Amino acid sequence: MSTPPNRIAPAARNAASQRDAQKGFVYLPLIAGWLVPGAGHFLLRRWGRGALLAASILGMFALGLAMQGKLYTSGHEILDILSFVGDLCNGLPYIVSRALGLGAEQVQVTTADWGSRFIVVAGLLNVIAAVDAHNLRTGRKQG
Amino acid sequence: MHPSHFFAVLLFALCVSVVFGITMRETPRRMVRYGAYCFVLFVGAAIVLSWVMFLIAR
Repeated sequence: MSTPPNRIAPAARNAASQRDAQKGFVYLPLIAGWLVPGAGHFLLRRWGRGALLAASILGMFALGLAMQGKLYTSGHEILDILSFVGDLCNGLPYIVSRALGLGAEQVQVTTADWGSRFIVVAGLLNVIAAVDAHNLRTGRKQG
Repeated sequence: MHPSHFFAVLLFALCVSVVFGITMRETPRRMVRYGAYCFVLFVGAAIVLSWVMFLIAR
């Protein structure tokens, strides 16, 4: 005699949901979320959260560019290298902006310095959002 | 675009708080509360530190 579905023990149900969560390519939301801010959550059908994350991260990136922030390419100093890594975390927005020649070559006004920080922080926030999408995908985070 | 320092702080705090709220909590109600908490802390810390620097510089 089989057990009715509503009689399944919570532990067994959790194990089953964990197995379901591991099906497919679990890193897709992580990679999509890195390339396009909010895309990881869109893939998981978290439309509202994805839209808010995309608006915040892309908005911050755009504000940084509007403030004449610098897009780091590479550097020899440790702060330049770290800023470049932070910029790269933005994914496609960084690559497209570089290709279009956006962003200042050098920081010449105070607001441009803030703009550079906005762009770097947008990249770091994008990594947090992408990891959050990955955690939702694997079932490590509920909600 | 040349915002004032305080307006830049507000923009920064808003964007970061939204992301922190969504990623650090699990239910919508707790996300909003945590996001608001982060926003207040960001802006409050900026105001307090600004006054400290102003008083030190005098």
